[in-house]
Amino acid sequence: MLSRVAESMYWMSRYIERAENVARFVDVNLQLILDQPIGMQAQWEPLVATTGDDEEFEKRYGETSRESVIKFLTFDTENPNSIISCLRAARENARSIRENISSEMWEQLNDAYLMVTETPEEWVMTEPHQFFTDIKVASHLFMGQTDNIMSHSEGWHFCQLGRLIERADKTSRIVDVKYFILLPSVGDVNTPFDDIQWGALLHSASAFEMYRRTYGLISPNNVVAFLLLDREFPRSVLYCLSKAEESLHAISGTPLESFSNSAEQGLGQLRSEFAYAQVDQILRTGLHEFLDAFQTKLNDVGDNIYKTFFALRPVNGESSQTQSQMQ
Amino acid sequence: MARFDGYNTEGFFDEMFSPDGKARPAVQMLVERIANFPNGELIRRQITSEYALLRMGITFNVYADEQGVERIFPFDLIPRIIDAAEWEWIERGLKQRIQALNLFIDDVYHEQKIIKDGVVPAEVVLSSERYLEQCIGLDPPRGIWCHITGTDLVRDGDGQIYVLEDNLGCPSGVSYVVENRQLMKRTFPQLFGMSQIEPVEDYPSRLLDMLQYLVSDRVLSPEVALLTPGIYNSAYFEHSFLAQQMGVELVEGRDLVIMDGYVHMRTTKGFERVDVIYRRINDDFLDPEVFNPESLLGVPGLMEVYKSGRIALINAPGTCVADDKVVCAYVPQIIKYYLDQDIIVPNVPTYMCWEDDDRKYVLEHIDELVVKEANQSGGYGMLIGPHATRAEHEDFADRIKANPRNYIAQPTLALSRVPVLIDDHFEGRHVDLRPFILYGEDIYVLPGGLTRVALKKGSLVVNSSQGGGSKDTWVLSDPT
Repeated sequence: MLSRVAESMYWMSRYIERAENVARFVDVNLQLILDQPIGMQAQWEPLVATTGDDEEFEKRYGETSRESVIKFLTFDTENPNSIISCLRAARENARSIRENISSEMWEQLNDAYLMVTETPEEWVMTEPHQFFTDIKVASHLFMGQTDNIMSHSEGWHFCQLGRLIERADKTSRIVDVKYFILLPSVGDVNTPFDDIQWGALLHSASAFEMYRRTYGLISPNNVVAFLLLDREFPRSVLYCLSKAEESLHAISGTPLESFSNSAEQGLGQLRSEFAYAQVDQILRTGLHEFLDAFQTKLNDVGDNIYKTFFALRPVNGESSQTQSQMQ
Repeated sequence: MARFDGYNTEGFFDEMFSPDGKARPAVQMLVERIANFPNGELIRRQITSEYALLRMGITFNVYADEQGVERIFPFDLIPRIIDAAEWEWIERGLKQRIQALNLFIDDVYHEQKIIKDGVVPAEVVLSSERYLEQCIGLDPPRGIWCHITGTDLVRDGDGQIYVLEDNLGCPSGVSYVVENRQLMKRTFPQLFGMSQIEPVEDYPSRLLDMLQYLVSDRVLSPEVALLTPGIYNSAYFEHSFLAQQMGVELVEGRDLVIMDGYVHMRTTKGFERVDVIYRRINDDFLDPEVFNPESLLGVPGLMEVYKSGRIALINAPGTCVADDKVVCAYVPQIIKYYLDQDIIVPNVPTYMCWEDDDRKYVLEHIDELVVKEANQSGGYGMLIGPHATRAEHEDFADRIKANPRNYIAQPTLALSRVPVLIDDHFEGRHVDLRPFILYGEDIYVLPGGLTRVALKKGSLVVNSSQGGGSKDTWVLSDPT
């Protein structure tokens, strides 16, 4: 597979996954705010913080409000992580590899993009839930087509890799931001409101119902354990890392538990760290520190995937000059 | 209401109706069907089809357009129909033409017999911008230069069909032929099944056959790649469509590298050899070491590999010399010289401005003629005398006098028309036809081709970059 094509596969999936995560996260929090006790200030900052673009937001919008946050995260073409920017980037990548993906995949993605560009902003402000559901469904359709129409060969594994690394990153950020906000509210412990808050965190990763089946009652420790360390839930960080590792090894042909490049080495180490971790230990040493270190290591894995598979290898002494897309 | 009542041919040759308003024999059944559709049906289907094009992302990029780069190529639902007998004649004419042009191109890069025998003047060939000295003495694989041609045909007011130009460079539009047919089947299945229509969907497999035919027999599983300038090229959709339909790699210049005397692609597993390149970039940009040194689209060192016979390039570099509009005017003589036959489908009569008598005539009648630069296409660099202002006439007259070799002129043809759905009724619009011809083991002409329609009322320019649209083109099978 051409390096350029592989890179576009990877980023196409990453951007769609990112759009879906933004949509779900905004949607859940809009609903959560409806449940807040009267008089309590709406928490808009964490939404922006989760995307990691708080500085950019601060600079351009200043005050956080329902309108400004929704606009920034959905329609702002200058925000590279807004839903419209993600879909546009996914579509541009898909356009450059149309011959490698099925027509159905392309049409689905093109549809999703056209849908967002044709939706009036006012409509999203009044009917946000429908809009964000449409985005999630569009992403799921695309993933379904990827899984069911495309051969599960190299290209598909690059799609997997992009999707899973993005998902691991977003789940960890959601946990990081929300845990930090929820923890100080000791007074709320075991109140209905506390339950709702932790439930919203689970909803933000579409994890609520699966969590209930696994643990039943909601407790902060179990929520963190489920989102980070569960082996079967497809949005938990450990699950994403394990499946990403499998795809990486399918691409290179190197057996699992060994490595032939720095991406495999880094991802293998990261996956083991999660596979043998315990939630109590993580919380004792500091969840934020743990997740911060995780994100740095995950970025390194992304860089090493780029260096190993996408960067133009120099031939006969020519100099290599390429640039990766943004993380 | 969208029926044909009240449709007026306005004195033009109409592809569907004879001057007395009767449907021509080949389209009678189609006209009857359309007449029986419920009110509003056509318009509804038309809207559906346009939205389908947008969804499928069948768009082209407009270079000088600031409002978003992508546009759909407008599509009109009523097919253009060509009967079996007329098509048989066109097909014979095109095969004859391509065979002769290939011999001509090979000759001008080798012994130049046609020049020595005084049939085509040396100045005409050698002064052409598209005659590439770097290609002298080259022997392309299997002796074929012009593998893919998209010849433009037009019909004049009296019903006569002429060849307008050959487009041996990188003719585009064939993807629309295939997609238009699919779109028709999707949005208007009711129209099919009334007559036998020649299929066009096998074009990609015929193209792949031809490309693989060019590889030496020693290569067991040849690697074919389609070289595109990238996603911002106006024909990018077509590049990607053809690569997808053929199952070959779509590459950009930066994906290719020359190593150990062969062309390689950069893949995730290292370098992989390529044997055939269907290139959709012009000669100038192919290899910065040989042609335009500023080109970033091509591959440095490609021509060296080509000369050694280790890569096949489609079309062969240098082929475009026969696209020069002055050279094109000599095609009747070229066919006579190499094949000893008379031309079957005639050229549009052409005045060559570098000949004193012709130039005098052109300058005196510039307000009646179409003047074209010898090396421009896509509707650029031309003057349509009857539609132009005095200032434009004078401008072109000055340009002709300054560089007569660079201009030809042709009578302004009353291009034939077809009915096009405009809002809720039909109006006549001018059309041309671009059949596609593949030259591999034998010569194949895709039945029909791309019918381009000048959608602006009265316009004679059918190019997509200038407000043209397209129609599905049906060649009817011979009922016998």
